[in-house]
Parts: sequence; C-alpha cells; structure tokens
Amino acid sequence: MSAEIWYALLGRIDAKAFPFVRAWDNPTVSELIGAFAGALVVIGALALAALLTWKRWWRPLFRDWLTSLDHKKIGIMYIVLAGVMLSRALVEAVLMRAQQSLAVNAPGIVAPEHFAQLFSTHGTIMIFFMAMPFLTGLINYVVPLQIGARDVAFPLLNSISLMLTAGGAGLVMISLAVGEFSTGGWSGYPPFTETAFQPGVGPDYWIWAITLSSLGTTLSGLNFAATIYKKRCPGMHLMRMPLFSWTALCTAILMIFAMPPLTLATALLALDRYLGFHFFTNDLGGNVMNYVNLFWLFGHPEVYILILPAFGVYSEVISAFSSKELYGYTSLVVATMVIGVLSFTVWLHHFFTMGQSADVNAAFGIATMTIAVPTGVKIYDWIWTMFRGEVRFTAPMLFSLAFILTFVLGGLSGILLAIPPIDYMVHNTVFLVAHFHNMLIPGLLYGMIAGYMFWFPKAFGFRLSERWGKIAFVCWVAGFYLAFMPLYVLGLAGMTRRSQALFEPDFRPWLLAAIVGALLLLGGLVSLFVQLWVSVRDRAENRVPIGDPWDARSLEWSVPAPPPEYNFALIPQVDRLDAFYWLKEREQAYAPAGPYRDIRVPRNSWVGPLVGLTGTACAFGLVWHIWWLAILGFAGLWAVVIARSFVRDTHRIIPAAEVAAADRRWRDAAWATGAVPRQLEVTTANRGLAKIFPSEVPA
Amino acid sequence: MSGPQLRHVGLNLSDSDDLEPGEAETGLYGFWIFLMSDAILFALLFAIYGTQLAATAGAPGPAAEFKIGGAFVETLILLTSSLTFGLASIAMKYDRGRTGLVTMLCLTLGLGIAFLGFELSDFATMVSDGATLDRSGFLSAFFALVPTHGLHVTAGCVWIVVMLAQIAAFGIDARVKLNLLKLGLFWHFLDIIWIAIFSVVYLQGTLG
Repeated sequence: MSAEIWYALLGRIDAKAFPFVRAWDNPTVSELIGAFAGALVVIGALALAALLTWKRWWRPLFRDWLTSLDHKKIGIMYIVLAGVMLSRALVEAVLMRAQQSLAVNAPGIVAPEHFAQLFSTHGTIMIFFMAMPFLTGLINYVVPLQIGARDVAFPLLNSISLMLTAGGAGLVMISLAVGEFSTGGWSGYPPFTETAFQPGVGPDYWIWAITLSSLGTTLSGLNFAATIYKKRCPGMHLMRMPLFSWTALCTAILMIFAMPPLTLATALLALDRYLGFHFFTNDLGGNVMNYVNLFWLFGHPEVYILILPAFGVYSEVISAFSSKELYGYTSLVVATMVIGVLSFTVWLHHFFTMGQSADVNAAFGIATMTIAVPTGVKIYDWIWTMFRGEVRFTAPMLFSLAFILTFVLGGLSGILLAIPPIDYMVHNTVFLVAHFHNMLIPGLLYGMIAGYMFWFPKAFGFRLSERWGKIAFVCWVAGFYLAFMPLYVLGLAGMTRRSQALFEPDFRPWLLAAIVGALLLLGGLVSLFVQLWVSVRDRAENRVPIGDPWDARSLEWSVPAPPPEYNFALIPQVDRLDAFYWLKEREQAYAPAGPYRDIRVPRNSWVGPLVGLTGTACAFGLVWHIWWLAILGFAGLWAVVIARSFVRDTHRIIPAAEVAAADRRWRDAAWATGAVPRQLEVTTANRGLAKIFPSEVPA
Repeated sequence: MSGPQLRHVGLNLSDSDDLEPGEAETGLYGFWIFLMSDAILFALLFAIYGTQLAATAGAPGPAAEFKIGGAFVETLILLTSSLTFGLASIAMKYDRGRTGLVTMLCLTLGLGIAFLGFELSDFATMVSDGATLDRSGFLSAFFALVPTHGLHVTAGCVWIVVMLAQIAAFGIDARVKLNLLKLGLFWHFLDIIWIAIFSVVYLQGTLG
C-alpha cells in the first residue's frame, strides 16, 4: 500500500535515483565521478541561491532580467545559458578523451554506461543548449539593432522561447543529480531508446529536454522571421540589410521548417515509450527508418541553422576589421539562401549505410557536394573583402581567419564523406567525429566567440581584454588541431566512435595527443572566463560610450553603448547599404536630431518565467511518471497563457522629454570625445568614436 | 513597408484605437508562419501514415475499420462550422454588434464539439473492435494523425470559449478582433487538414 502511495506521489523516484546513494553503495571511480557531478549541480544551485540572498539580488534578478521583454536582455540571458552549458559539455569532452586515452587494454575510469551518458549529454548539450542558445542570443541582441527596430516582433513570445530553452537545459542539469541520462547518443536512435532496451528515465530526460528546446526554437524562428520581414526601419530594403541579418533570416526560416520534424520525432518516440505505440519498435510494424528520416530532416538543416549565423558574424567582423565594405554582398546573400534551400536536399547522407539503393545514395551524394559551391563563394568573398584592406588582427578577426583555414579543411573531409563508397568505409568511425567537429568548432563556435567579442562593447559599454582574447584564440585553435586531427588518423585506422574501451596499442599516441588538445580547449574556455573577469575589473579604462569602437558600418553601431532600452531615440531612415558608414564619412552621424516622440515599450511580464517553470515541471513529471505534477504543469502553463490574454495594460510610455535628454547628452558627448584612429582602437584611447579610415577612391 | 492602408483581408485594424502601427499586420503574419510550421507537422504525420499503411501486423486494417458514413458526417459538420465562423467574421467586419458575432461563435463551438463527439465515438468503435493503437504500426500512425487533428479542434474550441469570455470582458476591441482573426485562420486551417484526412485516410481506406 505504501508503495502505491509512494508511486502516486513521487513516481519512479527511489533512493537509487540519486548518484550519491549509488556511489555510497558501489564506490567505484565511475560512480564517484557521477556523484561529484551531481554534487556540483546541487552545491552550485545552493551557492547561487546563497549569493543572490546575501547580495539581495533576487529582486533585481527578476525585475531587471528574468521578467524583462527587452530583446537585448533576453539575448544576453541566452548567451549566459550557452556559456554555462558549454562549460559542462566541454568538461565532459575532456573526461571522454581521458577515458579513451587511459582505456587502451585497460578499464579506464568511466564505466560503459556512464561513458554512454557522457557522449549523449555532450552532444545534446553542445547542439541544443550551447550552440542554439548562443546563436539565438546573438541574433536576439543584434538583429533588431541592425534593422533599425525597437524590439522583435513578439517580445513576450521571445521571453517564452528563452524560458522553454532554459527549462530544457535545466532538465539536463537535473538529470545529473536525480536519475540518469539517455545512453542513446544525441540523435537518440530507436529501437535502442525504446523501453525494450532502456526502460529507465534516461531517454525520457532526453526526449523532454529536446522537446522543450525545439518548441522554444520554433517560436524563436517564427519571431525572427516576423521581425525581419515586418519590423525593418523605413528604407531598409532586404538588399540593404547587413549580412548578419540576412543569415539570421535564413536561419529563422530553417528553424520554422526544420524544427517540426524534430518535435514530431521526439513526440512519436514518447508515444512509443509511454503509451505503447509502434512507430519505431522492432515488432508489430514499427519502422526505425521513419525515425531516422524524421531526425535528419531536422538534423541536416540544423547544421545550417548553426553555421549560417556564424557566417554572418564573419561577414561583419572581416568587413569591420578590414575597413572595407563587404566584397560581393549580393553573392553572399544569394549563397546564403542557396545553402538554405540545399540544406533540405541532403539529409540522407547521414545514413548512406542504411540500405537504400546505390542510385539514391548517389543522388544525395551529389546534392551534398553541391553545397560546397555556395560555401566556396563565401570563402572567396571574405578573402576579397580583406584584399588591400586595412586589416587589423584583433581577437575576433583572428578567430575569423582561423575559421577560414580550418573550415576549408573540414569541408574537404566532408567532400570525402559525401562519396557513398568512402562513407561506407569510415562510417561510424572517429573520422566522422573529426569531420563534424572540424565543421562545427570553426563553423559555429569560433563565429559565436568572435561575435561575442565583437559586440560585447556594444552590449556592455566597454571593450574586452585583447590580450586574453588572443590567449583564448591560441588555445581554441591549437587545441582544436591537437584534439581532432588525430581522430582523422584513428578513424581511417578503423577506430569506432563512442568506444568506451580500446584494444589497439598503436592508437595510444594519437589518443594522448587528443587529450592534450582537449585540455588546451578547456584552457581556451578558462581564458574566456579570465578575459571576462579582467575586462569587468578594468572596465573604467576601456569604456566606449559613444558606441562605435571598431569603425563599423551597420546601424547597431550608430547608437550609444550600451544602447537605451528603446534602441533608437529616433527610428533611422536608410537609403543605402552601410548607411551609418555613409553618414560617418559625411560627418553627419552625430548631428543634432529631432523631433523626439513618446516611445512605447513592453512592460515586464512574468508569463515567460512561469511558462518555463510549468513546462519544466510538466516535463519532470513525465520523466518520472509523477502524473499529478505533469498534469498540474501542463494545466498551469495554459492557465498562464490564457490569463495573459486578458491583460490589456501591456505597455508603458517613455516620455519624449526623457528620450530627448538622453539622446542629446549622448550626441554632445560624441562632439566632445576625441575620435580614435584604427591604429589605437585596442588602446584606452578608444572611447567609441571612430576616426574614419580614408575610404577607397570613389569610382 | 509602404503600400495601401488595407493591411489584410477583410478587416482594417491599422488605425484602430490602442494598436501600434503595423501591430495587427505583424501579429497576423506571425500567425501565418505558425500555421505553416503546423502544416509541416501534419505533412509529416501524413507521410508516416503513408509508409505505415501496409504495416498492419495482423491487426485490423483500413478496409475493416473505416466507416465512410461516419467520416462523411464529421466532414459535413466541420465544413458547416467553417461557414458559421465565416459568418462570425463577417458580423465582426461590418460591426453588426455583439449578438450576431456571439451567436455564430457559439454555433461554431457547438459544431466543433459535435465533431469531436462523433470522432470519439468512431474511435470507441474501433477500440471495441480490437483496433487499438498498440496493435500495429498502421494503427499507431492512424491514432497519431487523426487524434492530432482532434486535439487541434479541441484547442480551437477552448480558444472560442476564451474569446467569448474576452468579448464579455472587453467588448469587441481591436485586440479581440485581432485574436478572432487568428482564431479564424486556425479554424479554417483545421478544415483543410480534415479534408486531407478525409481523402487520404477515409476515402483511400474504404474505396482504395
């Protein structure tokens, strides 16, 4: 009887659900590592709560951040989330590298089940809770500023997206302290993730974390597309948008079309697991290929959802730090959209070996290679942008250069993999692991880091330390080559991916090189945190209040740093590409302006945090079969949304006088500040007012 | 960004009371995008249904289980509910006061609930025949596709109730009009999906 009450109240949770109990019962190194990770989550959460209480930051946290609908703050919160999750997933990567380097004809330190959880959480986090929040955060912050808008189209929806994504990330973190995670990899292929093989909570954690995040991402995509199509300032034609906004648009469109297959794949897998459906089971007419097709119908466009915003960042960074307009703007736009279209035609190359005919494989192989064409166009455009420019090797620029070289290498191994016979040879080896890290580390992470360093002064009003930026650069690039080039060799030598133990002594030197590389990458992450700490400490000398530290060209640089809540005191009028640069050349960028009007901004709202909380509660209840919690969470979520639809007082007015005073103060400061030439832009002389580099001779 | 003042079909909300310029346009546009995403979800469910048609695994198949008569009645009910929603939109467009609008919305709600009742009784018949969702891949696909539409209709019915409450609370203000326009899109969208279900599932299953 008491067991039944227990089950009704707490579902499947029992003492064994806690890694501390498991480690107490069975104190192996592997269990202790698990318990330590769980303890980190618990202690981290308690320490954070204590800090917030001690500093009396709870109220400001909610008032200024969590309930804010300002796209800039939401963007920053996304990037903070990405940073936290990056830290965890990178530590997991180091642990996996350590295991493999130790486990040549030896047990190593991590048990097989534990190792499988590590590669599953590493992949899941890196894609859904590091990469996606990072790029969503950058888009959120930058795009409205670039297109001359005061906010995104749907500010409340934006907050809901953030909180759903954060809820998913929270679920993955909770799985460290309560229960276990899936052992089915980031792609969660059934039938292995079905109840027949994994009856525990692992795959359920995976399913609901992904579902929360994919719903959030679909809504983000919708929001960004509506923002870019409907909220551009007067004169900002599509072909006058900065390239980052173009790539954001393409990514948004891909999100709208590519996230539903993922939502459906995880939903159907959940139906199999919870209600006994037979979509992907081995028996009674289930068909695993349906899952594989659904997953990669999402999965391949996802690659471009990840990479395109980074391409946008490189376009902005290379143009700014070469003091030149972007070479081949139109071709870059066309190439972006072509990549977007082609991304839906190649999903089958993720499973060449799964039994379709050679003709089908050939068609998809050729389609895959075609993507190299628009990508190649982009590479040449960036090189031509630098050609005869005033190139400065700042940290974001260095990341961009490392990207160009490294990404081309990864692309070459991609061409190899696009040939089905070769894919048959190296399928499921670490050659593939090397390839996609070779695409995603330069093609996503370097871009995100470059974007973070490039726009940081805009967001916070002071520059980041160049010195630590360069140290981070060295670590991230050297670390990448050391960690992943050996995997190409090992993959060609036949080492299968996701191996917990190895039996070939000849692999060891390469694995040792790889662990050194992984440690260097960890050093890169630490350098980023040191850079942040040093820069916050020295912020007084490095302020750039006027807002244009890099002599850049698009509208986000035409406002103060940090920008006011309403972005633009006056909505800009645009009549060409790079309109802000054109104004700077004519010394009109900071001219007196007016007349000012009242500005309407959205009030803060608790709806986002409440939706995130109820959604996560529902998911947690589903994971552990705590049905009352699941029902309560689901009902609560909709109750919040419906209640919100009855709220009419959703905006507040910032009076024109206040806007005018702030704007005039800033314009006066711009006239009083000394313009800094490019040679001095990384010194304390840089106050955010750029001395125009002599532009090219007019034709 | 420029263009004529009539911003979308039927209703011109661009310069009504408390909306930001362009807010109505952006809101409706965003809802169209949502429907597009939802349409992809249904397209994939249809694709899965297609691949699973033969996967009956010894359980009852389409010919044995589908009754064209019941599906036809459901189709008529749902199409009629689209008509009544259209009449509600017209009542709103020409400012014919609250009564017409509320009557038509209530009629639509009634038809929606009737549709759900017929559909549920269909499902109950299938289940009593032993055609349950855990019997085969085919039945799994059926019970994913058709009830997903049913759940959408349920959400639509809840939404109508919410809108009736909003009309009671606020009258027919710009925001209520905007929400009703979105609800209308949603309702007609579900009709289109149902026509596809009727053709692909029921017609194909009983005639093919």
